[in-house]
Amino acid sequence: MASKIRVIHCLNQFFGGLGGEEKGGLAPEWFAGARGPGSLVQQIAADIAVVGTIVVGDNYMAEHPDDGAREIVALIEAQIAGDPDLRPDLVMAGPAFAAGRYGMSCGAICQAVQEQLGIPTVTAMHPDNPALELYRKSLTAVRAGADVMGMRDAVDAMVRVGIKLVAGEAIVSSEDGTIPRGIRRNYFAEETGARRAIEMLLRKLDDEDIGTEYAMPVFSRVAPAAPVADIAKATLALVTSGGIVPRGNPDRIESANASKYGEYSLEGLDRLSAESHQSVHGGYDTTYANEDPNRVLPLDVLRDLEREGGIGRLSETYYATVGNATSVKRAESYGREIAAKLINVGVQAVILTST
Amino acid sequence: MTLTLHRHSVQTVALGGTAGIVGGILTVNADTLRSYLQSRDDRLTAIRISLALPGEATRIVCVKDVVAPRAKKSGKESGTGTLSVLDNVAVVTCGPIVGFQEGIIDMSGPGADYTPFSRLPLVVLDIDVGDAVSPHEHEAAVRSAGLDAAEFIARGCIDTKPDVIETVAWEPLHGGPDLPRIAYVYMVLSQGLLHDNYVFGRNAKEGLPILVDPRAAFDNAIVSGNCVSACDKNTTYHHQNNPVIAELLRGHGSRWDFAGVVISNAATRLADKQRAAEAAVELVANMKADGALVSKEGFGNPDTDLMMLLRGLEQAGIRASAITDEFAGIEGDSQSLADATPEADAIISVGNANERIQLPAMTTVFGPLPDVTRLAGGYPHSLREDGTMEVELQAIMGSTNQLGFSRLSCREV
Repeated sequence: MASKIRVIHCLNQFFGGLGGEEKGGLAPEWFAGARGPGSLVQQIAADIAVVGTIVVGDNYMAEHPDDGAREIVALIEAQIAGDPDLRPDLVMAGPAFAAGRYGMSCGAICQAVQEQLGIPTVTAMHPDNPALELYRKSLTAVRAGADVMGMRDAVDAMVRVGIKLVAGEAIVSSEDGTIPRGIRRNYFAEETGARRAIEMLLRKLDDEDIGTEYAMPVFSRVAPAAPVADIAKATLALVTSGGIVPRGNPDRIESANASKYGEYSLEGLDRLSAESHQSVHGGYDTTYANEDPNRVLPLDVLRDLEREGGIGRLSETYYATVGNATSVKRAESYGREIAAKLINVGVQAVILTST
Repeated sequence: MTLTLHRHSVQTVALGGTAGIVGGILTVNADTLRSYLQSRDDRLTAIRISLALPGEATRIVCVKDVVAPRAKKSGKESGTGTLSVLDNVAVVTCGPIVGFQEGIIDMSGPGADYTPFSRLPLVVLDIDVGDAVSPHEHEAAVRSAGLDAAEFIARGCIDTKPDVIETVAWEPLHGGPDLPRIAYVYMVLSQGLLHDNYVFGRNAKEGLPILVDPRAAFDNAIVSGNCVSACDKNTTYHHQNNPVIAELLRGHGSRWDFAGVVISNAATRLADKQRAAEAAVELVANMKADGALVSKEGFGNPDTDLMMLLRGLEQAGIRASAITDEFAGIEGDSQSLADATPEADAIISVGNANERIQLPAMTTVFGPLPDVTRLAGGYPHSLREDGTMEVELQAIMGSTNQLGFSRLSCREV
């Protein structure tokens, strides 16, 4: 018994054998040993012991997924406290097939168990299960059929993937039959990139399945804002991805893949200078930007325009980050935050300088 | 036209008195080499010459370039004549940071798996220049020193009998067996301001795209002078050992007809990008190629050059595949490229350069270790007091090489 993989299995009221729709509101309940699909798990894998089963109603979880997941984590902790032999190596949930509420329940449970207990989890669902929209990135979910007809295959796959998880092995969607998580991970291929590229080209020329290693992303497009009605009255702000920061880089913004943006005052400054500012960007030759930082953050000409009445006024705060090897995801979040802050202080237009 | 390689297989390298190669042992006389380099360039104020051998607990930082020692024995034109080649060894230049985008080579430990240079005995030149030397002059001085050193070391072995004499044959088939005709579009970065490369001695900003004999690459036709991120700058060594050309030559005449190489560039201005892509596509179309393979250098801005080339090739009826790395974020959950086109449906990924790696402390370090915190791929907190480091793969030399030199790849999990 000691050498077996210990599993706690989470099921809904139906597969847990407690009833149908009318029992959907059931709070989490602990049962010793395997129930329903859990028996199949043990049948398939002699080296797995389902030490306990938690059954929870679909509606209970759908109505308060976070609280429900917390209760289940607490329930597992309580069982372990009572009997250390119940500490699971793996938590399984489902299969949920295409059932939306059950899928959400499995997703919430798996995420909470992984994050709060650090125990690996595996579930199974149909690729169209709506729970994937919410939990895709954190879930190891094997592909399952739409309904209970796919039970045997789904449990089979859960067992296989679960054993790999317990062994600490990497799971790869294309090889393990899991639902892709939208996460890119490096690995060493058998052949060099050059060889793979030639073989891929030959496949393409032969009209065979190309098997691209990176499917083109879909870019989000932003509709431009309406033109500024009267620039001579507008408040302008400066924002740059060219890495112009006060000398000394007080926020320690990284030279590549910046993890933050800075927010700096321009008050009392008529222009930037080599003594006051510098570029910390790692993607371009900063010699000329450091010589005269106005070349990237054009404070000098904007002050001129302010004096001449060409613009209403310049916002006294500028924002800067480094747009070098910075992931699109991060850049989008900085853009959203900075835009909200600018709107808050009544800015109508922005000069965004990139490098 | 033929290119004959006189290949010397280097088993190990030693620093010592009499320079040359005897029984696979390459001896480098550090004093002679240093004097030679300094006699050619008075900007070089100090050159510390050391060896870094595979498996040693050695870290080389702020690596600028890696160069394979080769010297011309006969013939003038690049890609013809006789070239004396030292295999399994390289010259590495390092020293205080010039741009941000120099890199790390670890000779052992987890970082060593990601750089091809950990598998070679390396002659390391840790170079200082005078205080008055500008960054651009600094780059030029160190670049020339690396090339000169590699040539000097190879020339010292030129009269020794080579282990292997190899003739590199290539003649496009122009008919004959029914094989797919494949061209190679070889994109080199040409953005200026420390993002330069040199093709036949000329800055890649000008005079490209051109059609070249594939063998020219082996004969130092392309020299790296750029400070692009360490992971995907093509070092001079990568050019000298271009794996796409080597592979295409290997299968030429049996599996495909290698039609030739178009060297194209990657400029900063949109109009220049469009012009270069159109001209490159036209050169490939003139070869009557069925397919073309495109390799890349750098990331972000050059993603656009790559997409333009792929779109143009496909629209001209030429099927295309391409090699690129990814910047998918530390967690790997961001989109990976700065540009995209539906025609780019045959992509080889050589890895996510944002992925982080923990590097152990090393007993020997060449170059200024604290500068790693300023490298692209390093962080202000990268270097810990005990000498351990956390960096992105971006900071490791050649980790995501887009000529397809290595085996690293990336996939969705």
